[in-house]
Parts: sequence; structure tokens; C-alpha cells
Amino acid sequence: MVNHHESSLREPLVTEPRTLAGITDDIVGQMQKRPTWKWWALFAVALGLLGLGLSAVGFEVFTGIGTWGLNRTVGWAFDITNFVFWVGIGHAGTLISAILFLFRQKWRTSINRSAEAMTLFAVMCAAVFPLIHMGRPWLAFFVFPYPNDRGPLWVNFRSPLLWDVFAISTYFTVSAVFWFVGLVPDLATIRDRLPPGPKRRIFTALAFGWTGSARIWSRYETLYMLLAGLATPLVLSVHTIVSMDFATSVIPGWHTTIFPPYFVAGAVFSGFAMVLTLLIVARSSMGLSHLITMRHLENMAKIIIVTGSIVGLAYGTEFFIAWFSGNPYERFTFINRATGPFAWAYWIMVSCNVISPQLLWFKKLRTSIPVLFTLSLVINVGMWFERFVIIVTSLHRDFLPSSWASYAPTKIEVFTLMGTFGLFFTLFLLFVRVLPVISIGEVKAVLSFGRHKGPQVEGDHTPAPIAPLAGPTKEVA
Amino acid sequence: MGRLVAFFEDEQKFLHGAEAARAAGLAIEDAFVPYAVHGMDEALGLRRSRLTFVCFVAGLVGGSLALGFQWWTSAVSWPLNIGGKPFASYPAFVPVTFEVTILSAALISVFAFFARSRLFPGKTAVALPRVTDDRFALVLTDDSLRAREILNRAGAVALEDAADLVSGGAA
Repeated sequence: MVNHHESSLREPLVTEPRTLAGITDDIVGQMQKRPTWKWWALFAVALGLLGLGLSAVGFEVFTGIGTWGLNRTVGWAFDITNFVFWVGIGHAGTLISAILFLFRQKWRTSINRSAEAMTLFAVMCAAVFPLIHMGRPWLAFFVFPYPNDRGPLWVNFRSPLLWDVFAISTYFTVSAVFWFVGLVPDLATIRDRLPPGPKRRIFTALAFGWTGSARIWSRYETLYMLLAGLATPLVLSVHTIVSMDFATSVIPGWHTTIFPPYFVAGAVFSGFAMVLTLLIVARSSMGLSHLITMRHLENMAKIIIVTGSIVGLAYGTEFFIAWFSGNPYERFTFINRATGPFAWAYWIMVSCNVISPQLLWFKKLRTSIPVLFTLSLVINVGMWFERFVIIVTSLHRDFLPSSWASYAPTKIEVFTLMGTFGLFFTLFLLFVRVLPVISIGEVKAVLSFGRHKGPQVEGDHTPAPIAPLAGPTKEVA
Repeated sequence: MGRLVAFFEDEQKFLHGAEAARAAGLAIEDAFVPYAVHGMDEALGLRRSRLTFVCFVAGLVGGSLALGFQWWTSAVSWPLNIGGKPFASYPAFVPVTFEVTILSAALISVFAFFARSRLFPGKTAVALPRVTDDRFALVLTDDSLRAREILNRAGAVALEDAADLVSGGAA
């Protein structure tokens, strides 16, 4: 027997006894039920927000960037804040699917599928902002180096904004491929459960003819490990490169070497908060609490403590360096952040991101669903403000006091942000209806984890009779 | 000799069956399982996939092309003086080289995987009953009485003769 070296101290990952078929029923059964009125209500709200956002974007594209509150001093504000916010949200998905996979954290199996979906949708929301900030989004292909009749004139490979184009598009492509590869065996499982019809034909096409062959599974495991190995440095590179959009400039408050690790930690922090928000709702409304257990929520809360503390340390370090460097512009920027006209935003950021996650040190709070849910929302608000503070407070009072300005978002900008939330939730709500929210194959592989009797239900040692197969079945007595 | 399919309802019995069949010198053609069973490769005697080499070469080629292309566009095809930076600013070429390395390694590995496994969109393959749900099937190219005996003893819940199975790609 193969699993004999498993420790008897391990706690089961699936907290209720289930057969293999029971797992399939739990996950696929969800998709076959009719959507509840709650789902419809949420979907209607999400679609409404999406419509609002689309009209705001349409108005902006037809009228021009002047519909935003930007000015000559504050040239980046709401749009780039939202861009960095959404890219950051995406990071938890890849962290769960790739980094936790390489660290053999088996608890990841029931949350990786939905977290990866969240990543894809968040990156889509992020991509909206640079696209519309271009003013003429139909010329967006100019950012790619393609042979053209203007010389050819190439893109500037020495610009961090171009690095960003490559980072975000690679991140989206690789995450999408990784997600799809993970889905293929589950699509085959669903295909084989469906009665003949159009739905079955769709799943047949998407399942790529997967038959569960062990030779393919073995190769598949290698591929999955390779993709995890590639996605791990990729996810770290993405927010690093986003931070370089700021760090390679000479603006006080941006021009610091601490930015890459500080941005990556912040991204993981906000991403896990968003995963918690979504999964707390999904697990209870879809009856999956025995698969997405308190242990999962608690583990995510612990990652939030770590990354939240890194973020807090980074805030402190920035202030220390502003003083220690002796650079008067740097020092002014940070004093202005904490006490200037945007001090309210700064202190919202500090209380949401530094103080509130420290509550999770207490097990009582960490295992309370209402507390976790509230904190996850608070952290998301705080991380949005972090990006707003970094961008707007660094820009609004620059080197020349004569060019100092303020910034306030217009309605169009606020509606665009609401629209991306609409896009995100519309896609996520559709995802939970049409695809398995939990990786069926991966959960089955850890079903026996911490249970000594194997994947059978306790006490059920006699195999269930199976349906007769096509063709004569010969058995040897 | 024909093919014999043995069905198991438990991962341990399936692994035991595969090990017993191999120990008895029976030829295993393939197995069909609902998930990647831990220890399956050893029990079935599968070789390690060579996909890792494909991935490495794809990354190497993609990264080299990306670096070469950036040098060519920035220093040869149309050099532009931007802030007095050198035309061939290799440190500035690192991020794009890195991203293209990852992108080509990932995409080519996935493509190689699907091609090697002969999986493609719309392929209509019929899986053995319940093997994508909760059953484990072991396929032998030996339907002798001895093979049946060994598999029954290992805990197979059903044995079936099968002539035309969907094989899991080339051996």
C-alpha cells in the first residue's frame, strides 16, 4: 500500500465522510440546480452596475478624457488606482494555485479553482483602465511591437509602461491556460454525467476527449507542476513590474527600491481578502461548507496577518527612509501624506491595512465568519485607499508650489469603478453557475487525507454493486 | 490474446491490483482513473514524462528571441535616443525577456501536452463507465485465467473483455 507513511495526526481536509461519487454530486449537483432568487438578485445588481459602467466608459470614449477629474499636476489618479487595485486582487488566485501547490499545501485544492477564476476576472477589470486611459482604445494595438509602415517604428522597450503591457498580458494568458488545464478532467466528469443534448455537446467539445487514462494523467501531473513553477515567478514579477511604473520615475514617494516587495505583499494581502469575501458567501449559499471548511478560512486569515504585517512594515520603512535619506522633497511628501489635505485617505489606509488585520491573531475572531467577512471588506477598502494615497498624494504637491493642485473624481470616474465591480461580479456569478467551483479531481485525490480507511465511507466495506456493463461480463469464481 | 479490463472501487485496491499484475509479469496497457492517484506512476511502471525538456527548450528559445528582438529594434532597426540611455540597455530588457520566456515555456508546454496526449477540442472519446467519477479501471493485454485470478484476488469488482478501447495515447 502506498499511503502508509501518512501521519495519523493529520486532520481530514474534507470534514464530512463522502464517497468519491458523493464529491461529484456535491459539486456538480450545484450546477444542475436552478439558480435561487438570491443568485438572480445579485446577478441583477451586478448587471446593473456593469451597464452603468459601460455607459460611463461610452460617454468618456465619445467625449474624451476631460470627463475625468485629472489635471496637469495630477495626471494619474482614479484610473491607475483602480488598475493597480484590480491587478492586486488577482494575485491571490495564482498564489493559491501555483505557490501553495509547490509548497504541497493540500488544503488549496478546494479553493484554487474559484480563486483562479477570480484572478482572471480581476485582471480583465484591471485591463479596462489603461485601455480607456489611452483615450482612443481602438488604437490599443499600438502598444505591441508589430511590423508597421511608419519606419517600422518600434515600441520603447526601455519604458516600464511597456514592461507592464508584457507583464499583464502574459499573466492573463498563462493564468487562463493554467485554469483551463485544471478544468479539463472536471469537464470530462461533467460530460459523462450529462444526458445527451446541447449541454453535453458543449462539455464534450471542451473536455478535449479526456478519458482519464493514467498515462495522460501522469503527463498531466508533470504539466501542472511545470505551469505552477512558471506561474510562481510570474505572479511575483507582475506586481513588481506594476510597482516599477512608479519606482523608475523621479517623483518623491514613488522613487524607492522598496516598492516591488511592498506591492507584491499588498497584492497578496488584498487578493486573499477578496477570496475570503467571495468564498464566505459561496460556501454557505452553495452548501459546500464541508469542502471549504473553517480550516481554509483560518489559513487564509493567517496569510492575511503575514502580508498585512509586511505592508505595515513597508509603511513604516517608507517614513523612516523619508527622514533618514535627508531628501527634503521625500520628507515633505510623507509629512504631507499624513497631515496634508489627503490625510483622511492616509489614515483610512493605515487603520484598515495595519490595525484591522492584527485582530486576526485571536483565534476567536479568526474563526468567526461575521468578523472574517467584515475584515475582508475593510481590507479591500484599505488596499484601494493605499493605491489612491500612493498615486494622488505623491502627485498633487510636486516640486513647484505654483503647480500644486487637488484632485476629486468625477461621476464618470466613480461610475467606471462601479462598472468594473459589476463586470467582476457578473463574470463570477456566471462562473459559479456554469463551471465546477471546486476542482473535483483534486478534492478526490485528497479525500483519503487524514482518514485511514481510504476514500470509502466508514463502515461501508462491501463495494456497492455496479451497473452491468455493455457486453458480456465474465467473472472467475 | 484479447484485452481485459478490471474495475476497482477503491484506490488502494486499484494500486494493489496494478502492483500484483506487474509482479506477475502481466502486461499493463493503461489504466483509467478519476483523479491522479498518488503512487500510480510507480504501481503502473510509467516512465517520467519528457515534457520538462520541452518546457526548458521553449523557455530558452522564447527568452533568447525576446532579448534579440529588443536589441534589434532598439539598437539596429530604429535607434531612438530616449533620455540619453544607451540604445542596447540590457538591464531594461530584462522584464520583457523574462515575461516572454514564461509565456513561451507555458504555451508550448501546454500545446505539447495536448498534442502528445492526442487531446483536442471537440474530440469525441467515450470513457469507460464511471471512470471519470468514482471507478478505477486497469487494462491488461492479457485475458488469461491467471490474470483474472490475480485481479479478482486484488479486489476487482468486475472484469470485462474489451476489444476496442479508447487508449490513452501512445505508450
